Amino acid sequence: MQYVDEFRRPELISRTTEEIRRLADPDRHYRFMEVCGGHTHAIYRFGLKHLLPPNIELVHGPGCPVCVLPMGRIDDGLSMAEHPEVIFTAFGDMMRVPGTQGSPLAYKARGMDVRIVYSPADALKMAIANPDRHVMFFAIGFETTAPSTALTLKRAREQGVKNFSVFSNHVTIIPAIRAILDSPDMRLDAFIGPGHVSTVIGCRPYEWIARNEHKPIAVAGFEPLDILQAVVMVLRQLNRGEAKVENQYNRVVPWEGNRAALKAMAEVFELRPYFEWRGLGFISQSALRLRNEYAEWDAERRFSVPGIRVTDPKAAQCGEVLKGVLQPAQCKLFGKECTPEHPIGALMVSSEGSCAAYYTFEHRQAAVGVS
Amino acid sequence: MRQVRFRDPRVEMAHGAGGKASRRLIDGLFAPILFGSSTEPLGDAAHVSINGTRVAITTDSFVVRPLRFPGGSIGELAVNGTVNDLAVSGARAEALVTSYVLEAGLETEILEAEIRAMAAAAERAGVSIAGGDTKVVEHGKADGMYITTAGVGRVIPELKISPARVEAGDQVILSGPIGDHGITILLARGDLEIEADLKSDTRSVLPFVEALARAAGDGVHWMRDPTRGGVATSLNELALDCRLAVITAEEKIPVRDAVRGACELLGLDPLHIANEGQFLAVVAADCAAAALAALHETPGGECATIIGEIEAQPAGAVVVKTLYGGSRIIDMLVGDPLPRIC
Amino acid sequence: MELVPGEQPLALVEVLGVRRRVDLGLLEETDPGRLGDWVLIHVGFAMSKISEHYALEQIELLEALGETEAAALEVRGYGLEPGDTNLEKAQDRSGP
Repeated sequence: MQYVDEFRRPELISRTTEEIRRLADPDRHYRFMEVCGGHTHAIYRFGLKHLLPPNIELVHGPGCPVCVLPMGRIDDGLSMAEHPEVIFTAFGDMMRVPGTQGSPLAYKARGMDVRIVYSPADALKMAIANPDRHVMFFAIGFETTAPSTALTLKRAREQGVKNFSVFSNHVTIIPAIRAILDSPDMRLDAFIGPGHVSTVIGCRPYEWIARNEHKPIAVAGFEPLDILQAVVMVLRQLNRGEAKVENQYNRVVPWEGNRAALKAMAEVFELRPYFEWRGLGFISQSALRLRNEYAEWDAERRFSVPGIRVTDPKAAQCGEVLKGVLQPAQCKLFGKECTPEHPIGALMVSSEGSCAAYYTFEHRQAAVGVS
Repeated sequence: MRQVRFRDPRVEMAHGAGGKASRRLIDGLFAPILFGSSTEPLGDAAHVSINGTRVAITTDSFVVRPLRFPGGSIGELAVNGTVNDLAVSGARAEALVTSYVLEAGLETEILEAEIRAMAAAAERAGVSIAGGDTKVVEHGKADGMYITTAGVGRVIPELKISPARVEAGDQVILSGPIGDHGITILLARGDLEIEADLKSDTRSVLPFVEALARAAGDGVHWMRDPTRGGVATSLNELALDCRLAVITAEEKIPVRDAVRGACELLGLDPLHIANEGQFLAVVAADCAAAALAALHETPGGECATIIGEIEAQPAGAVVVKTLYGGSRIIDMLVGDPLPRIC
Repeated sequence: MELVPGEQPLALVEVLGVRRRVDLGLLEETDPGRLGDWVLIHVGFAMSKISEHYALEQIELLEALGETEAAALEVRGYGLEPGDTNLEKAQDRSGP
C-alpha cells in the first residue's frame, strides 16, 4: 500500500527507536499525551509502547468522541429510534455503546430500525431512497468528522430532502486540551497532536499550548513511523528547552487547515454555550449544534428528547483516566465490574477507549506475562 | 447436570457471531442442559461409537444475506460447511441430510438454483445428499431461505485429533489467505458502496485433510475451520482448550490485498473475519515439513503456510508478533465485527 | 482516483484493489482532486491530498537517522562541533 507500507518499514522503525533512546534522558520520566482515538488504537495495534524506553510514558487523553459522550445523550438519540417511522443510523463505533436502556444494537434486537452507516452521505442517501421513513443520523466526532456532516446537511438542504435529520454530538478538541491542562493533577511534558483533526483545523490552534503552557506539541500521523517520529520531535524540543508546534504529518496536514471544510462547518454549525463531556464535566464552547437555518434538519428540534442527565457510578473513574491522571488499570472497577463484555464506562466500550485498548492489549498481556 | 450460567435476558445478534458471546451461550445454556456431565471440549463434530465403529456426526445451519454472492451461494455453503466440520474433526463425510425453511413468496427460480448449487457442491465434495425436509414460513421471515444440513461420516483412522495431544513445539499451519468470505459478504450486501474483486473461498477442505492424514498421520494434533469469528476465535479456542499459548507472526499470515484494503477502510481485523474454505492444523514439529509439502501438492493448497507455533507460555493466550519486535494478544471476537471509523 | 460524472464531486478511489465512491466536496476549490492524486479519506469524504514531496522528504529524514549520528561522531573525532547540519535545518517543521 503506497503511503502506508513505507511508514511501517522495520529498519526505519529501529533507526527511529534508536534515536529515541539516544535522546531520552535516563534520569527523567517523560509523559506525552495523545488526544486522538486513532493514536490510541495505533499505539496498541502496532505495539509501540514496547518499542519505547521505560522512562517514556504515552498517556491517552480524551480523543475518543464516543468515550466522552454522556449516557444521557445516547438515551436521547435512542428515544428517537422508538418512533416507528425513524431509521436510526450511526457509525459502527456507536453501536455497542450502552445507554441506560441498552445500546443501539440492543434496541435493534428489540425490533427498532437501527442501521450502521459508514458515512453521513449514506444516511442521506437512505433518506432519499425511503421517502416514507425518517432517517436520523446520530453524529459524533471531533472536527475531523464534523465537516462531512456539515456538507451532508448542506446537500440535504439544497436537494430539499425533508425526511432527514442529524442529532449533533460533535465536539471540538481545543477546549478538551485546555481542560486537561487546567486540571490540577496534570503532569504532562508534551503532546502528540491529533493528525486527522488537524487536517481540518490546521496547526495554528495549538500555538497557545506552546506559547502559554510551554509544552511542545508535534502533530502526528497514524503509522508507526509517524508516531515515533513525533516522539523524536518532542524529545528534541524538550532537550533544547523549546516549546513550539511542529507538523510531523505535513504530507497530509496543511498548516492553515482545510478552508473548504472549515467553511462548511461554519455555515451549518455554531458553538453551544456549554456541553457536558463524560468524565470531564461541563466545558464551555466545546460542542457544535445546528444553526437556525438548519433547524428543519436538527433532530434535537424535530423530536422532543428526555434530556436527562445520567451520571456515571461514583466508583467509575473515567474522568481521571481521560485526563491521564490514572492509568486504566488503576481504576477500581477496571477488569472487575468493568470489562469490554460488560462495560460500565464508555472508555471500555469503544475500541479506542483507553480502557478497552488497555484491556485487550495490555491487561491480558500483563496477566499472562507477555513482555 | 451442570449449572446453567447464561444470564443475558435476551438473545442478540452477537450470540450468533461465533465469538465470545456465542461461546457464552453455548457453554452457559446449551451445554449444561444438553450435554449433561460430559466434560469433553466442544469440537466441530461429535464422534460416537456405534457397535464399535467410530462415526462422526455434525450439523450446521446457514443463514446468509444475500443468498448469492461472488464465489458461491447459500447452497454451497450448506454442503461445504458440514463436510468441513466433519473433515476438521478427522472424518470423511459420507452422507448429508438437509432441511430448508423457505419464505413464502420466494421465487422458484431462486430455490431451484440453490438446490442445483447444493447438488453440484455435493458432487464436488464427494458426498451424497440422502434426504431432507422442507417447511414454509410467512413472508417476512427466513430472509428467503435458511438451510440446515446434518452430516455423518467415517472417522479417518490415521487421525487422532484432540486438544490434549497438542504440545509445545507443535507448528500451526493455515491453509490459505483469510477474510475472503466475510468481506465478500459484507461488500455484497451493498450497504457500504465498496467494490472489490473478491469472492468467497467456499470449498471442501476434505482433500487437504486427507493429504495431511497421509503425510503426517497421528502427527496431526488438532484442526479447525475458522468460520464465524475468524482465525482469532479458532486459535483462542485452541489456546483455551489445550491451556497452552499460540504464538504467531503477523507477516506469515496470508491476507489478500483486497481484503487488507477493505479491512483498513472499514477498521476491521482480518483475523476476526469468517472464512468458508480454510482450515488450521496443529502438527507435531517433526511432521510439519512433510505436512506442508503434502498440502502444497494438493490442488488449492499451494498457499498453505506455517503461521506460528505452540509454546507453554503465556498459557491460554494467542499472541501475534509484529514485524518490528512488538507483540499483541488477540482475543476472540466479542460481538459482531463492527466497522470502526475514527 | 477516477472522477465520476454527476452533480456532486464524486470520485472513484482505489486502495489495494478495493474501490469506493468518495466525496471530494471538502477539498479546496483551488486545488481539486485530479486523476492520480492520493487522498486521505474519512467517513466517505476526501479530507486532504497526500503530498508525495513531503512523504519522500520524511522517509529520507528517517533513513538518515543513525547516519547523522555516525557522521556526527566522525566529525567530533576531528574536534569540530556537530551543530547545525543541513539535516537539522530540513527537519525544522514549525511554521508554514
